[in-house]
Amino acid sequence: MELGLDVSEHGTATVLAVKGEVDVYTAPRLRERLVELVNQGKRSIVIDLEGVEFLDSTGLGVLVGGLKRLRTNDGELSLVCTQHRILRVFEITGLTKVFAIHDSVDAATAVPK
Amino acid sequence: MARVLDGTGPGIELEIPARPEYIGLARLVVSSLASSRRRLADDRIHDLKLAVSEACTNAIEVHAGLDIDERVRLRWFEGDDRLEVAIEDCGPGFDPSALPAHPPVTDPERLNFERGLGIPLIRTLVDRVDFAPSSAGTSVRMVMYCGPANDPEADLADEAQD
Repeated sequence: MELGLDVSEHGTATVLAVKGEVDVYTAPRLRERLVELVNQGKRSIVIDLEGVEFLDSTGLGVLVGGLKRLRTNDGELSLVCTQHRILRVFEITGLTKVFAIHDSVDAATAVPK
Repeated sequence: MARVLDGTGPGIELEIPARPEYIGLARLVVSSLASSRRRLADDRIHDLKLAVSEACTNAIEVHAGLDIDERVRLRWFEGDDRLEVAIEDCGPGFDPSALPAHPPVTDPERLNFERGLGIPLIRTLVDRVDFAPSSAGTSVRMVMYCGPANDPEADLADEAQD
């Protein structure tokens, strides 16, 4: 099962579009990519989860780790997600209060920094 | 790899190597079985699949952390009012009550916790979960209550009337 990780620039924001299933097998690749982006100096990162078919707590853990890494570097991480099955995982764990979750990449990248 | 259980009622048993690349297979088997039975709505099937993924992740990590070669076992049972999945590992016995509590989500300290979300998720996603730890391993038994199994003859009778 391959995890798609496509990076694109939208103004001052970097968008990481994730496709596929995020679990204990694939989450390490997502973590590596996020760390690379932060190490490259990216400070405004949007993770687009619209192509994600499945996400469990291992994936959530990577996103929490990414948010922490960015905040300690004066950056910000936000998410794009409209799929109710994926949103449900954030809701159950209370993480909807921790992450800024947007309806579209445009909405996420339009947020004043 | 999969076989029908003898002596414990109708059921299916699957053993997977305790490695991350097999977790997708466990999810696929459970969601395919649940879909084929047509006893749970799609969102509930997804909840069960997610709970199985969480339990398998814990089992795989326990085996990996202790260099245990044994496979992780998945058991599937069907009852008149339920579908059940049990995930069994060969670890030293996991006590879910020993999990550290997370700070509230509004506390900045919350970001220091990347793990420990799986058990709360399982508890919310399935109708019932029992953790049965022993020195030989832990069994996580998850239950989804649902309507009775579809009677194939009743389906045929319905079609004949249409």
